[in-house]
Amino acid sequence: MPDSTSIAHDAREAPHREHPSYQRHHFETVEQQADATNFAMWLFLLTEIMFFGGLFTAYLIYRNWYYPAFVAASHQLNIFWGTANTGVLISSSFTMAMGVWCAETRRKGGLVLCLVLTFLLGLVFLGIKTIEYSEKIEKHHVPGLHYSLNSFLNPDSDEAAKAAGDKPLPLDMARHTELYFFLYFAMTGMHAVHMIIGIAILGFMIFRAQAGAYTAGHVTFVENFGLYWHFVDIVWIFLFPLLYLISRHAN
Amino acid sequence: MSEQTQHEPKHGEHEHHVTPPIVYVVIFGTLLVFTALTVGASYIEMGVFNPIVAILIGVIKATLVVLFFMGVKYSTKLTKLTVGAGLFTFLALISMTLADYISRAWGRW
Repeated sequence: MPDSTSIAHDAREAPHREHPSYQRHHFETVEQQADATNFAMWLFLLTEIMFFGGLFTAYLIYRNWYYPAFVAASHQLNIFWGTANTGVLISSSFTMAMGVWCAETRRKGGLVLCLVLTFLLGLVFLGIKTIEYSEKIEKHHVPGLHYSLNSFLNPDSDEAAKAAGDKPLPLDMARHTELYFFLYFAMTGMHAVHMIIGIAILGFMIFRAQAGAYTAGHVTFVENFGLYWHFVDIVWIFLFPLLYLISRHAN
Repeated sequence: MSEQTQHEPKHGEHEHHVTPPIVYVVIFGTLLVFTALTVGASYIEMGVFNPIVAILIGVIKATLVVLFFMGVKYSTKLTKLTVGAGLFTFLALISMTLADYISRAWGRW
């Protein structure tokens, strides 16, 4: 730093109070900095609520218009994988919460372990999602040129539809199943993108945690990442019943 | 609320609250139970109440996550107000959109 800068700096800031290295100059106290950062994180999460909210609203309207198509199309989803993934994601939220606790109580080993577990559970979630997506690709249930109505016009030819006791849909209603799958891929896809971003940040955090960055009294980053991770969990908590559990009681 | 002077920066409006692990364990267990409940409920014939029960269980689970995992229960009033404002805006936008759709040619295009 050039001399002139440091002189001007000292003149403005004098008398310079002692503060921890992680406290920015423009904050009075560490608490104030933590509160401000926390507030900013919540504002970001509000924009995320509005973002997913648009998708949920579209789902709500189309589901009410084309209910039979949504019921038949939802029977194509595998309830076992859906439930398993809900368990995986809730577990990852739990390990993340425990990670925040470890950081707060300065347990470095525990924090690294929790972050690694959260990281792995996130990967398991994406792995299961991949299995589900490939099933949809095989059955031509991806909206677009190769979309097939077969499962909905001839439900007896389709294992999942047959097991659910589906009746053949009229052609105009069957065509609306494509809308269900469009929303399915848009919503779970955007959710998966959030997971991928979260997992990437977790990878970075594991290295930083090993270096002891979060167990020296400054836990804001871990805490705010936790907020993001739990938010992604909440989105799935609503996606799961809305996409997988429509009218499973039919038979 | 006691106004804190700048001479005592250590005691701000709220101390950093550390949630004990037992709370996380209990919430984790409750969330798993509610997940099983929502799957079970979807196999029971309840007519119009099926989606209502599903949404209700979802809201309960989300509330538990927000209050305890995200620590809003122990956070500042500013954070609580922010979360409340987000929820309110979300519900207002959804109901206004629905009011528009319902009051037009519902489902006819």
